[in-house]
Amino acid sequence: MGQPSIVSQMSEKVNSRSGKSYLPTIGIECHVQLSTKTKLFSEVDNDARGKSPNSCVSPVDYGLPGMLPRLNKEAAYYAVRAGLALNAKINLESRFDRKHYFYPDLPKGYQITQMFHPIIGEGFVELPDGTKIRIEHAHLEEDAGKLSHENGYSLVDLNRAGTPLVEIVSQPDIHSAEHARDYCKELWRLMTYAEVTFGDLYNGNMRFDVNISVAEEGATELGTRAEVKNLNSFRSVERAAKYEIERQIKLIENGEAVKQETRGWSDASGETTAQRSKEMAQDYRYMPEPDVPPVRLSKEVVEVERAKLPKMPADYRELFGGLIATDTLEVLLDYPLLMQKLAEVADNSGTGAVKIANLFSSVLLAEENASLLNDELPSREQLLKLVEMLEENQLSSTGGKEVFLKFFDPEMHYKNTETIAKELGVVQENDLAALEAIVDSMLAKPETKKAQDDYRAGQEKVLGFLVGQVMKESRGKANPSSVQEILRKKLQ
Amino acid sequence: MKTASKDLTAVSMVKAALEKAHHYQPDYHIFTWINDAAIKKAEEIDRRIAAGEKVGRLAGVPYALKDNFLTPEGETTASARILEGFESPVTATAVKKLEAEGAIMIGRTNLDAFAHGSSTENSYYGPTKNSKDLTRVAGGSSGGSAVAVALGIVPFATGTDTGGSIRQPASFNGVFGFKPTYGTISRYGVVAMASSLDCVGFFAENTDDMDLLMMICAGQDSYDLTTLPDYYGKEQVFDDPVKKIAVVKDFDNEAISPEIRAALKAEAEELRANGHEVIELEMPALKYALAAYYIITPAEIASNLSRHDGIRYGFRSEDSGDLTALYQNTRGEGFMSENKRRIMIGNFVLSSGFYDAYYLKAAKARTLLIQEFDKAFRECDFLLMPVSPNPAFRLGEKVNDPVAMYLEDVLSVSLNLAGLPGLSVPVGETEAGLPVGLQLVGPRRGDRELIRFGGEIHKNSAAGSTERHADIMGGKD
Repeated sequence: MGQPSIVSQMSEKVNSRSGKSYLPTIGIECHVQLSTKTKLFSEVDNDARGKSPNSCVSPVDYGLPGMLPRLNKEAAYYAVRAGLALNAKINLESRFDRKHYFYPDLPKGYQITQMFHPIIGEGFVELPDGTKIRIEHAHLEEDAGKLSHENGYSLVDLNRAGTPLVEIVSQPDIHSAEHARDYCKELWRLMTYAEVTFGDLYNGNMRFDVNISVAEEGATELGTRAEVKNLNSFRSVERAAKYEIERQIKLIENGEAVKQETRGWSDASGETTAQRSKEMAQDYRYMPEPDVPPVRLSKEVVEVERAKLPKMPADYRELFGGLIATDTLEVLLDYPLLMQKLAEVADNSGTGAVKIANLFSSVLLAEENASLLNDELPSREQLLKLVEMLEENQLSSTGGKEVFLKFFDPEMHYKNTETIAKELGVVQENDLAALEAIVDSMLAKPETKKAQDDYRAGQEKVLGFLVGQVMKESRGKANPSSVQEILRKKLQ
Repeated sequence: MKTASKDLTAVSMVKAALEKAHHYQPDYHIFTWINDAAIKKAEEIDRRIAAGEKVGRLAGVPYALKDNFLTPEGETTASARILEGFESPVTATAVKKLEAEGAIMIGRTNLDAFAHGSSTENSYYGPTKNSKDLTRVAGGSSGGSAVAVALGIVPFATGTDTGGSIRQPASFNGVFGFKPTYGTISRYGVVAMASSLDCVGFFAENTDDMDLLMMICAGQDSYDLTTLPDYYGKEQVFDDPVKKIAVVKDFDNEAISPEIRAALKAEAEELRANGHEVIELEMPALKYALAAYYIITPAEIASNLSRHDGIRYGFRSEDSGDLTALYQNTRGEGFMSENKRRIMIGNFVLSSGFYDAYYLKAAKARTLLIQEFDKAFRECDFLLMPVSPNPAFRLGEKVNDPVAMYLEDVLSVSLNLAGLPGLSVPVGETEAGLPVGLQLVGPRRGDRELIRFGGEIHKNSAAGSTERHADIMGGKD
């Protein structure tokens, strides 16, 4: 890498060095681990975080002979919610199938999935810039276990085996690496807003398989695609897509064929490498799962899940678009709890929500305050009072920030806004008589004499110095614009 | 059947069963394991009886368990090497229900490995011999269980029936064998063969016992999503003593041995003589049953046997240098030839490009078959047909001819494809003294009425009259 990319920012067409124009086409499959209490087909704990290997495994997940899957209804309900978040049709009858392959992380020798009749039908995801990516379908399936390799041994951990997944399959509607990234990010937002997953990418709660092909502009057929598997960050999706687009264009320009194959991505080298060619591809020998009858959902169940959906990113964009700067809003949208809080504030004060949004983005999301995001957020009442005090000039913007930070202080967070402001001593002095007294005492000081003379002689800029002195005298409580006004009068 | 009481101790019943088991085992090879510790359970039953505590409906009754039911007692081998050393941490639902009623398992019985076969010759531990003729097969796959009941070791034994594995060995040994409606008894804890066809059922000496076993074991189980809502014993029955029985014409040909055809005709006459209506019925879709069965079943088998990979339990080949070798050698050495044959057929019919031509077509044939049976039961109460084309054949006669062996199942598999109940009723013997059974088939959920009527057929049959004769002579209690 290192060289300037031939893929220009957000543009769909890509111009090669030879001057030809190419259109990348990308489709993405995303696996979302559902945060249900128990696994998809057994009653053991689905949350293995911090637990020792193979401690969350039932005889079903272990693939013991004679064991039969029991469907976890909660997983089906979660899938319904995921589907609604994808603006998708919910199929009231869906079925399970078996997908066969041999690997030690797959105890039964097959994965129970939905090949032919998925629970979620066609839908779409709208990206922040308004682009619509169609969803082909999404289905429920079980996750496999995990292998690790140590000292010449391969160790199998089945804690994850049987975790419910929703696999979301997009149409090949994506035409740039940036959109690929944005799509994945938007999926992550939708799934976390819908509260169907913990959404922890680092721990593989969402994983992306990206199918990429390029074709010369005007070509009637898509190019041969390669699939980059198992990406687990938005950045790696973008980088891998970018790399693949360049690699495929180079191959075509050199008169070589793009091979249909599975490729792996290395974050360290920034490259994709061939893993398995089409010829080596497995035949999964799909067949209907005879142990699990069709899943039938009532319309009522769908409505119950719809009612559970909180406000989604699109709702917030509608609510705050034009009020909160788009950049700020898009950053804040990554934090559903912050958005919920903003919506609460907005119910009472639209301008207040904008102020709080700015505090969230400038204070809470500042790197040095990263740890605060794990703490309890301030209450609606605290925030509304803060807005009021800012609007009435009882707090300067600096004072407001200080109070805001104290909302997260374990010693202070339960106190009301006013009390905190008073204890901090940041309530602004707006009483003109009191301010005049401070101004007078400052002007009486010999060290300000020269500045006063200079101002009178026409040097406007020393006024700032004098205001500063008053602010110092007032220990920051004075409202600077009021101080300026008084000073101008006094020095006439 | 007799249960333990103050006058008849469970210990004496279990001891007698164990003695017989050990007595017959060397010649007949009925068991993969004999549970000598069963005495302890019998002592506990006796203690409770002595203490005046309540005991179950099968208190102290010794029984034999087909070795594909999981229990922590002994190893569950399914007569397959690949499950060698496998000790189950769980207990099959059916076993739980039997033991809750006080039944005591005295041994695990031999079967064709993973229930693949019609003779019990495909067992890793060697074949079980026919109860009437040591040179002949016991039938299969539940051969050990059938022989254990036929030799009077136990009054009942469990079986599984995917394509005739209860009914055929029952008829080969002259005992009752019942395959219920699919989904009547939970499959939880039973080593799967073909999930959409597998049924748990029983071998018993009479239909009253069979009814009791069904009352105990039938019922919906949240651990098996394919179980039906409880119906057995709840249905309206015995409303009309006169029945309409249809004899299927399509099997009246030279593919079926003359003695068996004669037994069927004689039984039809007997039924007429007893005031029932007997009609003849054509069922053209039946001819597709065997082909459909030998596509759908291997497909499900190949899938269900995928879990036996040597990684987590059972046998693992010594020669497993890398993962591929581990898989290939473990499965190569651990499965019997018949297992491998079915795995290969199954994977073939499921492979991409062949799925539509085989599996999907077979699934359509299955639907046709179900419709044809539905139609038949609009015209009659029961179907009567042979269980198998021949009486027990000789050991080794068909084991190297898979197709001949598969043809043994031609009359039994259609019920499994359609999910129907079938009772193998002992009706007589061939000239050579080999038992002959006939199969009474009923509509889905018609299990209880079917069992009752099976008892009537038996009573009026040659086999029944021999027993009546023996009763008079005091030969049988």
